Amino acid sequence: MMMLAALLVLIMLIAALAALLLRNAVAAVAAFAVVSLALSVLFVWLRAPDVALTEAAVGGGLSSLILALALRRLGLWRVGGSNE
Amino acid sequence: MIPELHVGWVLFAGAIGLIAIGVGGLLMSRDLFRVVLALAITEAGANLLLVLSGYRFDAIAPIVTNEVGGVMVDPVPQAMVLTAIVIGVGVQALALGLVLRIYRAYGSIDVAEVRRRMDDDIAAEAGLPLPSGREKPAVHS
Repeated sequence: MMMLAALLVLIMLIAALAALLLRNAVAAVAAFAVVSLALSVLFVWLRAPDVALTEAAVGGGLSSLILALALRRLGLWRVGGSNE
Repeated sequence: MIPELHVGWVLFAGAIGLIAIGVGGLLMSRDLFRVVLALAITEAGANLLLVLSGYRFDAIAPIVTNEVGGVMVDPVPQAMVLTAIVIGVGVQALALGLVLRIYRAYGSIDVAEVRRRMDDDIAAEAGLPLPSGREKPAVHS
């Protein structure tokens, strides 16, 4: 159990670093969604299932959707590394 | 119960790490979009820290179940965090709207570039010499 929590925290921190360091903005938004989903699993661990539901739906879904739509308007929506 | 205590410390380290990464990103990002992402990461870390403040390793979830007896974890931080998550998405949408407006006005979301052009615009409006020493922009009627 202890190892699982440590693994989840490690995944969350690495994804948070990746969200700030990745060049591709779409990949950064995906890494932020990973942070949000790992956080919702940790909320279930902390006996807060309602917070976990909200975090997964609002933080992982709606927030990533808003970020992705803003990326399209900012002209940063580039999938695939070959073009620039 | 010693391993359970260790789980609490691991989660505490995770929350502090998220806040540290987010604040570092806020300070060091050169891209306004990354600033918004760093703000969201900081907020996630603060939420984890708040939920962790009401955590007891021997308690059950504060919802109605068929379990009898036992103590519950503190429901007040959980209710607060539930609100804070939704408010955080609202703040993020507002920040993205401002970034979009800046992008449409200046054609760039680089922090240094936007700041230089904003300083120029403010100086031009006030009739002062331009701070960056460039040519004066054309006066629009």
